[in-house]
Amino acid sequence: MAEEIKITGSNQRMDRAQAVPAIIGNHRDFLIVSGLAGTAQDMYAIEPDADNCFLLGGAMGASVSMGLGLALARPDKRVLVMCGDGELLMNVGALATVMGSGVTNMSILCVDNERYGETGNQITHTSMGTDLALTAKGLGIRNVMTVTAPDQIEAGRRELRRSDGPTFVYLKISDAKPPKQSSRNFNAADRRIAFRRAQLGHL
Amino acid sequence: MSDQSVWGAELYDTLVEGGVSIFAYVPDGGHKVMIQKSLEDDRVHSIPLTTEEEGVALTAGADLGGKRAVLLMQSSGTGNCINMLSLQANGRFPFLAIITMRGTYGEQNPWQVPMGKAVKPCLEAIGVHVIEVEREDELKDATVAAMGMAFKSEQAVALLLTQKFIGAKAF
Repeated sequence: MAEEIKITGSNQRMDRAQAVPAIIGNHRDFLIVSGLAGTAQDMYAIEPDADNCFLLGGAMGASVSMGLGLALARPDKRVLVMCGDGELLMNVGALATVMGSGVTNMSILCVDNERYGETGNQITHTSMGTDLALTAKGLGIRNVMTVTAPDQIEAGRRELRRSDGPTFVYLKISDAKPPKQSSRNFNAADRRIAFRRAQLGHL
Repeated sequence: MSDQSVWGAELYDTLVEGGVSIFAYVPDGGHKVMIQKSLEDDRVHSIPLTTEEEGVALTAGADLGGKRAVLLMQSSGTGNCINMLSLQANGRFPFLAIITMRGTYGEQNPWQVPMGKAVKPCLEAIGVHVIEVEREDELKDATVAAMGMAFKSEQAVALLLTQKFIGAKAF
């Protein structure tokens, strides 16, 4: 799988449409919360309206905190948060809250294209020198791994499944603007109910 | 002035009896008793936040996992929460914030006044029901009412502990 991932973009990094599904592997291993825009589209492309996933369409900066609430409520499950670099930068202190909470059943996959893809591919701070893996380490996240090349994908996939979290995997990907995605379900009330019915067995 | 060691303990017990098992907070003097009780209680999670809006998202995530969470904060944190409350408005996530008021009745620090004055209109503009507690003897009923609206009717509710009730800090 690793050798099939294309290298593209002005930053010469991995193609997101290939790298993100590859590092997640079987998404049913997790309960998933995804931040808005790019990572929500990544997850929607893997499986539209999967009932173990809640994809944000706004509330930028919510993903890590929402995943933490879910991880606290479901210690019997492994929670995966998917977020972009822009989404994480908006509430990066949430990583300190994750550390302080003591949760171990939570992993964060930060998909860093160094761009605000939704608003015109403007550069983010990670293109100017900000390293969110160092940030995560500094805020106290126990396990931190940066993945920059196809031959590291498999190790990243294993890292996301560690039982001694919290874990932060920093996936550096191409800054090329992805092709236009198909529109997805933005009805948060529908997705909340679908998630709860599937995962709790009731409304 | 009211005695927080009495009403804070009663409020905490009412919330736990109502099924709340996650307390997320940005510390405030008015929440000192509840925060301390949550830290000492093995039945609940006590989660310090770096900014109040984290708590808005955290409580929604807890709901996805079938647990009841509350956000404890001071009125100054309200402004930090507004866009994040899109989650509750769109998703019908239950939301219960217990907000200790500053910047209103008897306030002596002018820096608290602008946000204090804006709390209620801001919360109502983003769709949060506001219940104000002005006397200690209203607290228990108001808390039970707020929990019913939040966790049974899936509404966003803020319980404001006003400065008539909790008093104003002296400067």
